[in-house]
Amino acid sequence: MILLWLVLVPFIGGLLCWQADRWGEKAPRWIALITMMLVLIMTLVLWLQGDYQLPAMNAGADSIRWAMEWKVPWIPRFGIDVHLALDGLSLVLIALTGFLGMLAVLCSWKEIDDRIGFFHLNLLFILGGVVGVFLAIDLFLFFFFWEMMLVPMYFLIALWGHSGSEGKTRIRAAIKFFIYTQASGLLMLVAILALVFAHHANTGEYSFSYADLLQTPLSENMAMVLMLGFFIAFAVKLPVVPLHGWLPDAHAQAPTAGSVDLAGILLKTAAYGMLRFALPLFPEASQTFAPIAMTLGLVGVFYGAVLACGQRDIKRLIAYTSISHMGFVLIGIYSGSELALQGVVVLMVAHAFSAAGLFIMSGQLFERLNTRDLQEMGGLWGRMGSLPGFSLCFVAASLGMPGTANFVGEFMVLFGTFPTAPVVVIIGACGMVFAAIYSLILMQRVYFGPSLNDQKFEGLDGREFTMLLGIFALVVLFGLYPQPLLDTTSAVMGEVQGLFQGSLPAGSVPMSSLAGGGQ
Amino acid sequence: MLTSAHMMALTPVILVCATAVTVMLGIAWRRQHAATALVSILGLNLALVSLYLVYSAGDVSTPLLVFDRLSMLGMVLVLASTLACLTMSHAYLEGYPGRKEEFYLLMLCAAAGGMVLVASQHLATLFFGLELLSMPLYGMLAYTYRDKRSLESGIKYLVLSAAATAFLLFGMALLYSQSGRLDIAGLLAGLESSGGGAWALAGAGLMLVGLGFKLSIVPFHLWTPDVYQGGPGPAATFLATASKAAVFIVLLRIVMVAPAFHVEWLHTVLGGLALLTMIVGNLLALIQTNLKRLLGYSSIAHFGYLLVALVVADGLAVETAGIYLITYLMTTLGAFGVVTLLSSPYSGEDASALHHYRGLFWRRPYLAAVLTVCLLSLAGIPFTAGFIGKFYIVALGVEAGRWWLVGGIIAGSVIGLYYYLRVMVTLYLVEPGMRGRDAPDNWGMKAGGVVVLGLALLVIAFGVYPTPVIDWMSVLTSPVH
Repeated sequence: MILLWLVLVPFIGGLLCWQADRWGEKAPRWIALITMMLVLIMTLVLWLQGDYQLPAMNAGADSIRWAMEWKVPWIPRFGIDVHLALDGLSLVLIALTGFLGMLAVLCSWKEIDDRIGFFHLNLLFILGGVVGVFLAIDLFLFFFFWEMMLVPMYFLIALWGHSGSEGKTRIRAAIKFFIYTQASGLLMLVAILALVFAHHANTGEYSFSYADLLQTPLSENMAMVLMLGFFIAFAVKLPVVPLHGWLPDAHAQAPTAGSVDLAGILLKTAAYGMLRFALPLFPEASQTFAPIAMTLGLVGVFYGAVLACGQRDIKRLIAYTSISHMGFVLIGIYSGSELALQGVVVLMVAHAFSAAGLFIMSGQLFERLNTRDLQEMGGLWGRMGSLPGFSLCFVAASLGMPGTANFVGEFMVLFGTFPTAPVVVIIGACGMVFAAIYSLILMQRVYFGPSLNDQKFEGLDGREFTMLLGIFALVVLFGLYPQPLLDTTSAVMGEVQGLFQGSLPAGSVPMSSLAGGGQ
Repeated sequence: MLTSAHMMALTPVILVCATAVTVMLGIAWRRQHAATALVSILGLNLALVSLYLVYSAGDVSTPLLVFDRLSMLGMVLVLASTLACLTMSHAYLEGYPGRKEEFYLLMLCAAAGGMVLVASQHLATLFFGLELLSMPLYGMLAYTYRDKRSLESGIKYLVLSAAATAFLLFGMALLYSQSGRLDIAGLLAGLESSGGGAWALAGAGLMLVGLGFKLSIVPFHLWTPDVYQGGPGPAATFLATASKAAVFIVLLRIVMVAPAFHVEWLHTVLGGLALLTMIVGNLLALIQTNLKRLLGYSSIAHFGYLLVALVVADGLAVETAGIYLITYLMTTLGAFGVVTLLSSPYSGEDASALHHYRGLFWRRPYLAAVLTVCLLSLAGIPFTAGFIGKFYIVALGVEAGRWWLVGGIIAGSVIGLYYYLRVMVTLYLVEPGMRGRDAPDNWGMKAGGVVVLGLALLVIAFGVYPTPVIDWMSVLTSPVH
């Protein structure tokens, strides 16, 4: 039942915010903040109480072991249930959603000053949709949330975004974002349906349940085509390079809260989807596809980094660095080693923090300078309180400085991938040089060099300082001691890896018969 | 012979006709707008209630009409959409300077025609129902005849509809010449024994063209945008909902049972038409700046999706068609209802240019919210009925392995998104120097407001929990296989 509340709380909070508009402009903000705090607290309580370390140990004979499960029939005609389940991976990501949700509310405290209630309605609906995505293990329900969260995001960009240069209005960016994701989502719907009908042909029963569909035998070609249907949907959102066209625009035009959500958690839903659905449902096809996926990841690493170097808009720059980082995530996911998969989780969390920090920083710069153009900045060091210092920290985190969580993640991904694909690792590691370059460019252009004038700017106020300090503390904490994260997700990652490699000891998980064919 | 069971089954149709007669006599005696509307609505509600009784009494078949579950579904759809249209007409016609009452008379006649049409199992009743449905529509479309566009739309519909009727009649004649029968079952048996042949197929094809006109399937769609744009709001709404639903159901009935339609190449033709309809409808909608035209093209596209059910024609097809029709009707009624309410009371041409809708959310928030829900539903976004409909259609295409059609649906939906989103965001844009709320305070209390709000809630409810309707549909349509 608590799982249902995790999903419902943001939705209810959103509706409250909408109506709270009439009680003054502070009311929606506080309600939104409290709502997200509630989600975070619920998750943390679950984390402390539950045991996520070795759920497979006491696995039953015929079901996948979830730490927690909740299920009611929804559309019995097709065997569709409202089926929510929690394991270590979803727990970590939901906690992340709660935290970044709070940040998103906080960082729009001053930025958004019209239609406040409606803004927070959209913000909380996105977060509710994301939580739903992380919890749903009925494929229909998953798709339902996956598509549903696009609408409020669309509104967020279209109504509260910034219009950029000529021909790059916020509405265009929003429509581009929506069409990219919706079109790829429909491909996934087709793939889901084809899978369901294959299952129907096999057993005579309709079911959208994850556990049932895992055991669907498919011909090699069919599995490949369906896997691609899932992969493309996730690849658009991750984004993987040829499908990334929406991301820079959406990031650049979105309000700060939108960017924080996009980079922090929406991109993570894609990685989650790959780990939860694309790999386990089609292990053999995924394995065949792995070299291509890793190559795409490599392309992303370099493409994002090189293009980041050439940007003038600070938010576009950060957006391209996201593409680069997600390249590493993709490599890690398809490497098939448990170490790399765990690294992916750490990297996802770390990137969420560092990207959120950078976007919040650029939002604060924008509030002070009224521009995001790098050429109109420069020489700001020492002129706006502690913001430059924090920026340095986040830039360092983003380039993967040891001591930050990003370093741990990237290191684990590369280290874990080395045995299976040494060439990819060698080339990918070179890509990290570019990370240093764009990071330095960012710092240099904004804070050093000749200044345009000597104007002093406001320093950070308590709210901004707390936000940045909080994120930074977490970056360092997980950089120095990532063990809690690894413990929580190791069981899940072990299962994914087992499926992928087809090397799981017989009997421990029911899917082993399927995975065995992958050899 | 006419037994009490037959009388019982005919009650809904008789009630609607009786209402029409009552309204006519009432007009002759004394003109009273509110009373006329009230009587019409009362009559339709009675018919709906009697329909429930008829439904529980079981199937009844007469030589001309059949009252099975499919025709019940059709009648419910026709009656419900007529009811919604009538409610909106009252608000709309309040401001009309000419005579108001005849509009209700025409709409009631058309509804009776639609009910006969969905129950027809004889070419005579098919033709009779179709004409009874279409004739009053000429009058309804040209009702505000002082407005040039309305007159134009009425005449355009008259001419093209007459042409379509000619096709239909010719097709019927060819089929009759081959089989010597006019009742659909006998006709099919005759065709089967004579082995069909080129003339029978030509007849079937010509009938398809005739019905395709009414459904505005590409390439027979040319009249749709003009007629939708020019006709008064309630008439256009009726045309887009009740009329189309009735024609589609009769087409569904023919295709389901006719062996002449089970030839592979005819399926290919239907498939081609479906693909063409969804793509062309969506593409043309892209360039519209008038909301009624845009909705017209979008309805063309939606019937393209619906045709998939006819192409597949087995398995889930009937259920899918039922579900999709219901979602389409709810959504279209809502969207057209908002347009109609914004143009109410009548004051010249309808408020349908897109700039009328700029910043609507800040002027009339609830109406804008209703339109948003309807547009999302038309686009097939989760949490709305449209998503369930689209899910069914895609599922049907995937199950039958018609990959081209599935591709068409995806491409069409993506194109569709672009224009739905464009309209949707317009509603929320702030304009400099915009007026505050300009809605009359009590509009939501009025019947029209209640109807659109209710429709929006239904769209959401059906999107979130579709099980009751799905159960109803799977029972309702099971014996047709």
